[in-house]
Amino acid sequence: MDDLAFYIFAAVSLLSAIGIVASSNIVRSAVCLLGTLGGVACLYFVLDANLLAVIQLIVYAGGTLVLMVFGIMLTSKSPWVGFRATRGQVAGAVLVAILMAVGISTLVLTAEWSQSANAPLKTSPSVAEVGEMLLTDYLVPFEVASVLLLVVMIGAAYLARTEK
Amino acid sequence: MILAVGLNHYLVLSALIFSLGVLCMATKRNAIGILIGVELVLNAANINLVAFSKYNAGVGDGHIFAVFVILLAAAEAALAIAIFMNFYNTLRTIDVDRGDELRG
Amino acid sequence: MSQITLPWIEKSPETLSGYRRKAILLLFVLAVGHLGIALVSLFAFKPGQLADWKIPFVLALVLGASLAGMAFTAGAFGVVFYRIIGKFLRWSYVAFALFLGGVVGACLIVWLHAEIFTFIKGLSAAEGEHRVWLLAVPYDHTVRNIYAGLEAIGVEVPVLAYALWPLQFEFIRDLVALGGIIGFISIIPAFGIWWERKVSARIQSRMGPMRVGGWHGWLQSPADGLKLIFKEDIIPPEGDPLLFRLAVYITFVPPICAFLALPFAAAWVFRDLDVALIFILAMLGIEVVGVILAGWASNNKWAVYGSMREACQMVSYEIPMGMSLLIPIMMAGSLKLTDIAGAQAGGFWNWFVFANPWCFIAFFTYYCAALASCKRAPFDLPESESELVAGFLTEYSGFRWSLFFFGEYAAMFIVAGLAVILFLGGWSSPIPEAWINSFLTAVGASPDGFFGTLARGLLAGGPIIFVLKATFLFYVQLWVRWTLPRVRIDQVLYACVQVMLPLVMVLLLANTLWILGTDHLQWGWLNVIDGILHWILVGIGVIVALAILCIALYGFKNNKRLVGQLAVVDQLPGS
Repeated sequence: MDDLAFYIFAAVSLLSAIGIVASSNIVRSAVCLLGTLGGVACLYFVLDANLLAVIQLIVYAGGTLVLMVFGIMLTSKSPWVGFRATRGQVAGAVLVAILMAVGISTLVLTAEWSQSANAPLKTSPSVAEVGEMLLTDYLVPFEVASVLLLVVMIGAAYLARTEK
Repeated sequence: MILAVGLNHYLVLSALIFSLGVLCMATKRNAIGILIGVELVLNAANINLVAFSKYNAGVGDGHIFAVFVILLAAAEAALAIAIFMNFYNTLRTIDVDRGDELRG
Repeated sequence: MSQITLPWIEKSPETLSGYRRKAILLLFVLAVGHLGIALVSLFAFKPGQLADWKIPFVLALVLGASLAGMAFTAGAFGVVFYRIIGKFLRWSYVAFALFLGGVVGACLIVWLHAEIFTFIKGLSAAEGEHRVWLLAVPYDHTVRNIYAGLEAIGVEVPVLAYALWPLQFEFIRDLVALGGIIGFISIIPAFGIWWERKVSARIQSRMGPMRVGGWHGWLQSPADGLKLIFKEDIIPPEGDPLLFRLAVYITFVPPICAFLALPFAAAWVFRDLDVALIFILAMLGIEVVGVILAGWASNNKWAVYGSMREACQMVSYEIPMGMSLLIPIMMAGSLKLTDIAGAQAGGFWNWFVFANPWCFIAFFTYYCAALASCKRAPFDLPESESELVAGFLTEYSGFRWSLFFFGEYAAMFIVAGLAVILFLGGWSSPIPEAWINSFLTAVGASPDGFFGTLARGLLAGGPIIFVLKATFLFYVQLWVRWTLPRVRIDQVLYACVQVMLPLVMVLLLANTLWILGTDHLQWGWLNVIDGILHWILVGIGVIVALAILCIALYGFKNNKRLVGQLAVVDQLPGS
């Protein structure tokens, strides 16, 4: 059943990712991004990373995506303006992307991972365990990240203000 | 059997999404489209982290890293949108190819 | 103007009664035929005669035929006795009886289902390896095996064994549970919209819907739904038709997904996630994407204004909402909704809302933020009809429009349910279970007997208590909507960022220190203060509850008189 779930959600996220690239309308790209984010969140559920899945949904889909659509609305004169790259640029980019996908996949498939790669070895950490790790082993990065968020908040507010 | 899902399936999926993200960054000229590409790339990295945490004997470090990646992605998106607003206010467009002047 | 003709109405009474006779005959023949097929297959197929791959077909034959037979019988009786049924429906309180009956019936069905499932799990597995034909899914119990188990408890009906066979798969069980959830979600808007109209009418001294369905127009919402299905479906050609269609589903599906994690009682939850609370919040947050897209794809000035307001409002109110929810989480020490509700069992004085002053205030901040994030008045800026036509709904019509309301009412129920679980004790009743048990023994009924179990199921906590509590908070949302005026958008954002956010932060910090002092450091003086404040808050809660009860009773008592007075224009206020 887990295998079936993987294939379904992987297909959803891949197809939406292709949709993002293929669509010339930026709002449609953003909607496709919702599909990818949701698919990846479901993959996290399949991987027993429940906390991460809901964080993905609440931060990315509920926050970042709304922010992006907001940005699109504020920065486009007409809804249907699309800027397209030239044909040569697109061809080059596609070539590079295909090379990259093939290269990374070959590398991944031929690599010798230290552990058996086909059987999950450990049950994933529960929410309580992740929380405990955040507040013990990873306390310094956690605090630094909170300071960073504060700085980002102030910085974004400063950047986006209107000139008087 | 190739249909039984293992670590490699997740890694290949992540490689594909990563390449699509790079492609998106390269082909979009709308600044927000590029931001969407960046989010795709970060998501691909996250899939890797979580898959390794599940399939190799980690102690959940992958989850922590992924939490930090999501956090940084959100922060980055907020800042990027603020910069795009400024960009739009100055140039009246969001086409990144038009932002080639050094003077603001 | 062409004349509208309704052919079935303009027939003469004789022709009509002829049609009716034919319809009755046809329905009865069909019913008897199907029941006959069901009965024949009931006795014809004995377990063990059939290869496993034939089981689904036999099952379809038996269950399908009996269900169709019952439906046809019901239809035939409906046509025969339609006058009597019409009279019956016009009785008072039929709507309430049907609603409560529906809730109780659903509870009974789910309970029966769970019993059957434990029964199947308890059977010994059949010998040998069995796989479903084509799908190669392994299973433990053959039909013969289940029949043997049924015979052991004295039920010798072969068909039942066939009917129970699919229930051994988790997947089928999930499907049934999903069916229950979707059924519940479709009841909420149908009942909620009618109720909202009645409440608003009551508040404005009107009658509200009175005609459709009999008593106080309780069939109004299904009738409206039927009308909306047949309405013309308009899609603005200048907009983005694809996103216009998609937006509806992005708004409508997440609240339904949130129900997957919302527990109705300790065992009554589809998936008891350890992150249930954040999951529900995330689902409510995704809903906003659909609303923004709806406004954007409509290509309409008012719709875009509405969706921009929605985006501002949702994103900002999610923060105080989430932070108020952190306070009960801190008290319970768990993100699992079943744990949080379980920590408040045993009497209403254990509810978190009365635990300490910070929780008490957090309940109200949560409720206000939830109102705002459900876009309910006084925060219904996204669809404020006096400024923005209908906000993001401006271009929507027909069934799509009604799907938005399905989503909205489902979200309203979810935030009410979350408030109940986190602050108001969840599904535990205000009376401790021990009191009910001692009362039962005092009146001579055994707590484990039939009546004892029934009484405990109804009074000591369970899905019915949960639904009643959540329905009360749902009602408060309607009450607030029709009592308070709408605030301005800048006031909404001001209230969030400059009032609610600092307040909630102070509450969070104070609650942390308070718990540190009382639970961990065990300061004696703080514990004394904590106890005193706790009982003061309980006292306030009792007084408020009694006041609401008295007002409701007073209104109920004066119900008839007020309606009678309304006919006399002289006595209307302001005359």
